[in-house]
This record gives sequence, structure tokens and C-alpha cells, in this order.
Amino acid sequence: MSVMEKTAAARQAEWKPKIIAFCCNWCSYGGADLAGTNRLSYPANVKIIRVPCSCRVNPMFILRAFQKGADGVIVCGCHPGDCHYSTGNYHARRRMTMLFSMLSFLGVESARTRVEWVSAAEGARFKAVMDSFVEDITRLGPNERLEDLRCKEN
Amino acid sequence: MQRELINRARELLADGTVDRVLGWQAGQFAYDITPAVFTDAGELEAHFVYNEFCADNLSKYLIKESEKEGKVLAFLKPCDTYSFNQLVTEHRIRREHVYVIGVESYGKADVEKLRARGISGITGVETVSGMLKVHTMYGDESVPLNEVMLDRCLTCKSKKHVVYDELIGEDGDVVADSGRFDMVEKLERMTAKERFSFWQGELSRCIRCNACRNVCPACTCENCVFDNPGSGLQNRAARDNFEEKLFHIIRAYHVAGRCTDCGECSRVCPEHIPLHLLNRKFIKDFNELYGPFQAGEVSGQMSPMCAYTETADPEASVVRKGGAE
Repeated sequence: MSVMEKTAAARQAEWKPKIIAFCCNWCSYGGADLAGTNRLSYPANVKIIRVPCSCRVNPMFILRAFQKGADGVIVCGCHPGDCHYSTGNYHARRRMTMLFSMLSFLGVESARTRVEWVSAAEGARFKAVMDSFVEDITRLGPNERLEDLRCKEN
Repeated sequence: MQRELINRARELLADGTVDRVLGWQAGQFAYDITPAVFTDAGELEAHFVYNEFCADNLSKYLIKESEKEGKVLAFLKPCDTYSFNQLVTEHRIRREHVYVIGVESYGKADVEKLRARGISGITGVETVSGMLKVHTMYGDESVPLNEVMLDRCLTCKSKKHVVYDELIGEDGDVVADSGRFDMVEKLERMTAKERFSFWQGELSRCIRCNACRNVCPACTCENCVFDNPGSGLQNRAARDNFEEKLFHIIRAYHVAGRCTDCGECSRVCPEHIPLHLLNRKFIKDFNELYGPFQAGEVSGQMSPMCAYTETADPEASVVRKGGAE
């Protein structure tokens, strides 16, 4: 086995998914906070980016996350009907549905993208959602179809 | 047809109904048609062309033209009228500054398909009793139009003019069985891996010339995200294998719900990338998830991207239910 192959195999073994979670300030970020204060541990590979509302998430943000090496992107917002700005999550729902459908059309595995509604009172749900998402992504393996190859060592 | 158009344009210029005429003229070659504005009868007689090579969608040019003083006469093909309506909806065209004449169109010819048949030295083209008569430097050739039509015309969605002030020629009907989603469906039935290699093969040819953006009647922002030097996407060749995908996803996404499926993007692509498939995927999704919608069908309708419903919209997980991985 050459040195190159060994490092590749080793890297495969210790590979951990990188997950980006866009969480709305009013519900899901509060949910993550509650999970923390309740001492519920969710996977450390989830990197949270706080946004004012789920509809603040520009489709470009999601593509950028993938370009910069994310293996999965999840958008979390308030439950339908509970948006702080009344209608933001309804907009987000249509936008993300269309974007994810397009990503799937281009051959990106559809399980790499997800929208979940998590309220500020649902710390346990936040943990459950993140656990299951990380599990899904771990099963899928590294994202090779949407990433910036320049960031990779050989 | 061309004669009728010139005569009518001359009349309307003479009686002062319009001040300018937006039409087509030949470029360096007879098949190299370019949109042009004419201001008097002499120019019209000398340069105005309307034939089977006049594929350009004129609606986009009306954004700038209708901002000017006076009234402009525009000749619009059925597909152009949809774009026109959409732009009026978006307040990009000043309707009162445009006099629309609908012109019939039974499909436009693809010069590359003519070349593939060994026809060269083209000097003109006309339809004679259902056949496309191509005048060349070496004599005339006759070919059936539907064998050399642009791909987008083969799956024409409508021959109906949805807006006009007057009509020259006949008005057609919406084509119910155009088969325009066939290729999208074929791709949807593939596995994710197959789709990925299909698009990898297509999109990696992109040279980022921005022709698809520049020609698109829906893509009309004054300041485009792709011209922003800070975006990392500014007009240039791609630096990594994701960039062209990012460009095309965003390009299609920005016109989702506004794209009338006129097919200009694929027509002008110098690399023959089937860009219309991305737009059609969005159109198909809107139709299936949120109900039938045709952008530009009537002016003033709301884009399905904004017209959410509180209870009837499916959750984004609906995407995961379709198609194998």
C-alpha cells in the first residue's frame, strides 16, 4: 500500500461530516439554546449559523456552504403559523423546496438538504433532528458532487 | 410576410401612431439576424428582415425602448408575447409606449441543422408551400422546415399571441401535447449518480460567456449578482468544478416563476448546453406542487415563488420522495 493510499484510507476512517444549520433567531436558535441548557448533547459537527428568519436564507448561502466543503445543509425555522414575521417561513418553504428539488435534479443526493421546523420550546426535538440528520449524512459519506476541489489535499 | 410587415410599419410611421420600429435586420450573414430599431421608411426598406432565421425574442429590447419618449412598434412572435406580458407584470416595460403587432411563426430554422445537411453559403430563406426554401450562393435548396427547426420550436408550447394591438397573419393555439417536459422526466427517472454525470458533462463545457443571462427576457436586473466583483462569481472562467453549477443553478433560480420557457438561453449557448432543462424543471415543479402556472399568460399574475399558501403547500421533504439516489 502506497503512502498516498494509506492516507486516503485513514482519512476515510476518521472522516466526520460537516453540517451547516441555518437557524432562525426566534425559534430554532432558541431551541438549540434550550438543548444546551438542558444538557442535551447534539453532534459537534453541526455548525449553527444564526439568521433573523428562515426566509433570510438566500439559495446562494446553501450553495456556498456546499462549495466550501459542507456535507449537509439544514434550514431550521419556526413552525408554520408561528413565524415572528408572520409569513417568513411560508416563503422559505417554497424557496427551499424549489432549490432542493433543483439540487436533486443536478444529482446531489436529496438527503443532504433538509428543512425542519423547531420551536424555541423544543430543545429535545432540536437534538433529535440534528442526530438524525448527522446519521443520514454519515451514511451518505463525504459530499463529492458539490464541493470546491481546491480545498482538498491529494 | 416580410413585405406585409414593412408596409404596415411604414403606414404606422407615416400616420404618427409610432415613432420607431423594433424589428430584425441581417448581420454579417443572412442567417445572422440581429434585433434593430428603425426610424424611417428608407431604413425599413433597406434593412428590415422577417424570415425563418428571425428567432430573437424582441421583448427584452422593449425595456430600454419603452423608456424613451414616444411610441415604439414591436413585432412579437407568440413566444415573445409571453415574455412581453411578464415584463409588463414586473413594470419593466411601459405598455403605453409600445404598439404590439403579433406576427405568426411556425418555427424558426436552425442554421447549424442546415449546415449539417451540407447547405452552405446561405443568402436568404423563405417558406414556399410548407417547405423551407434556402437560397444559397450555389443555388436553391428545399428542405422540410420541421427537420431543420430549432430544438425549442420542436417542443413549442403555444402558437397563441397572448397580447397584441393588431395581428398580422393567423393566431394559433396553445399546444397541449408539446412534450416539452419529456427530457426533464427522463432525467428524473435516472439515479442521482447518472443525473450528476449528465450535468457534469453538460455544464463543464460552460465558458461563462454570460450569453444565456444577457439574452434572457426574464433576467433583466440592472445590477446583476454575477457582475458583482465581490461575489467571487464575476464574469470569468470557472476556477473549480462547482462554480459553473453554482452559476447555472442561480441563473435558473433567479428566473424561476418568471421564465416563460421561450428557450432563448439554449439557442444562444455557444457550447450547446441544454439550459432550458433547468428552467423547465422549475416550471414542472411549480405545476406539480403548486398548481398549473404559465408565466406571462396574462399580465398581472403573481409568481408562484411568492404566492404561498399556509396549509396546502407541501413540506420541502417532498423532494426526497421522488427519484432514486
